[in-house]
Amino acid sequence: MDNPANLLEIKDLNVGFDTPDGKVHAVNCLNVSIKAGDALAIVGESGSGKTQTVMSIMGLLAENGHASGQALFKGKDLLQMTTSELNQHRGREIAMIFQDPMTSLNPYLRIDKQMTEVVMHHQGLNKTEARAHAVEMLRAVRIPDPERRIRQYPHEFSGGMRQRVMVAMGLLCAPDLLIADEPTTALDVTVQAQISHLMSALRRQSNTAIILITHDLGVVAGLAERVLVMYAGEAVECGSVEQIYYDPKHPYTQGLLASVPRLDKPEEDGLNSIPGNPPNLLALPEGCKFRDRCPKAHEACSEKPPMQLDEQKHAWRCFLGETA
Amino acid sequence: MNDRVLRVQDLAVDFKVREGGLLRPATQILKAVNGVSFDLQAGETLAVVGESGCGKSTLARALLALIKPSRGRVLWMGEDLNKLDVEDLRKKRQDLQIVFQDPLAALNPRMTVRDIIAEPLWTFFPKIARVQVDERVRGVMKMVGLLPNQVNRYPHEFSAGQCQRIGIARALVLNPKLVICDEPVSALDVSIQAQIINLLKDLQKKLNLSLVFIAHDMSVVRHIADRVMVMYLGRAMEISCRDNLYKKPLHPYSSALIKAVPVPDPRLARADADTGLTGDMPSPLDPPDGCVFHGRCPYVVKRCQLEVPALRRMENGDWVACHRAEELDLTIASVNKP
Repeated sequence: MDNPANLLEIKDLNVGFDTPDGKVHAVNCLNVSIKAGDALAIVGESGSGKTQTVMSIMGLLAENGHASGQALFKGKDLLQMTTSELNQHRGREIAMIFQDPMTSLNPYLRIDKQMTEVVMHHQGLNKTEARAHAVEMLRAVRIPDPERRIRQYPHEFSGGMRQRVMVAMGLLCAPDLLIADEPTTALDVTVQAQISHLMSALRRQSNTAIILITHDLGVVAGLAERVLVMYAGEAVECGSVEQIYYDPKHPYTQGLLASVPRLDKPEEDGLNSIPGNPPNLLALPEGCKFRDRCPKAHEACSEKPPMQLDEQKHAWRCFLGETA
Repeated sequence: MNDRVLRVQDLAVDFKVREGGLLRPATQILKAVNGVSFDLQAGETLAVVGESGCGKSTLARALLALIKPSRGRVLWMGEDLNKLDVEDLRKKRQDLQIVFQDPLAALNPRMTVRDIIAEPLWTFFPKIARVQVDERVRGVMKMVGLLPNQVNRYPHEFSAGQCQRIGIARALVLNPKLVICDEPVSALDVSIQAQIINLLKDLQKKLNLSLVFIAHDMSVVRHIADRVMVMYLGRAMEISCRDNLYKKPLHPYSSALIKAVPVPDPRLARADADTGLTGDMPSPLDPPDGCVFHGRCPYVVKRCQLEVPALRRMENGDWVACHRAEELDLTIASVNKP
């Protein structure tokens, strides 16, 4: 289904790593697409393959990693591109915000140097123009006194401020797609709220599509329009936020939602948790990978469940249907 | 109730920070904890919450006498921990244990699980028989939900959640009376986080432990705390019973922290999520005059900029450090919804 409306279309993506202990299958046969201006959240536990999915399409896999399948960005396959071809798109049309704002800025360079480099390279602006643009961007992410702040080094910024700088850098070239890998995880709740607000406001203003990677279902609810739930490298459920939050079909999604401590519900005797631990990617179980931890597992689950799809485009990988 | 185990009075911890370069080798004083007082009963959980840099972890360390306070006292069972000599303090530490934030970093990668959990036993009872150690180690492993036949494994063979269980087992092996948990779940996935919180709650009931639970996540704290202390820039802003705090916090900062918790519900999340809080926490090297929160407080008045509000007791027994606590109504709508 080649849909020209899709900005990014990931087809049968597999990502694997060769390790001394054997091959690790980080992502298995993933299919997902995102339209221009859309906001997709990829949710799952650590090790579920969410980060490796985006790393592979950005061409940032570790050396022992390899990806197969297709990642069509505006119809062109990112996985087949050479580094220099990728560089035409990275930073300009696709930008990425990394999880840890402390380590993803260069501590030796002033903010202006780090911010102007991208625009000078991609848009051919001269130094003064690039700088004016960067200041404007810092103002857009509500950093007070940007003319002065841009002359400072990363260590002079607080954690929340550094993440704002990262968001500003991501948006410098007005990309069509912004990938945010756990953008708020390392931040305090108050700052987290500010950054999520900022991202959704910017999305509305500039029609940038966002892929948000997170394990925090609270953040997703406020920011995303569609949600992809991953488990052990596979998509287990995909649908609109409403479908995922109000009518989750897969037992894993249900478990994930139930284990979020929430303030808007009365405090009960204990939190619900998903029993067991995330699976070892070196030795995945046959059939449904969630089987060992699933409260609804039955005999059929020893075979790989099919992806079910209802009329509202809500998809889930489980034998259980409407009653799951 | 008078089974108070811990009493903290006007505790303050200062750090000397060297600021400046060649020409001004001045040292500045960073007040990490500034005049914190509270009591802790046997079997009670006190949560300490606040943003990073508010002094929660420093407080934890001072409670265990790992750092010398510059002012104030920590009374454990009526005895001032900082007045004890080294040997007496060491003996007291049997009762006081800590669980750390990063489960993997807190475990020695070259030690087996058995050795990690048994180490406190060997330290305090050097003459203990091997069989006894083994029995005790397997006992606590079972108690925290680990399989006793995994004693010979190394930390890297376990997932993060299991490593945190090992950390808890190590803290419990000496039958302590007080366990300080320094952000025990913030490094874990939500599904695993819930397991560990439930485990800590169970263990506390079973063993009648007192817990000091340090966290930055208000939604986690609600599931474990009896009382909550909210800290900001080294000071206690509010100490309240859990239910009071979440329904009607007394301090504007507590209310902002509660409102900032993202709601995992798309319809509610979009409706209102404004915390009313702007800006960042000021540098602890240069705290504002008056109320330390006044620069970010939406209810600030002139008095807040001039006068430091004292932590005072309200009619319902909760404590707050805000000049305007009586007149403000900070009822949280979303928590009180039927």
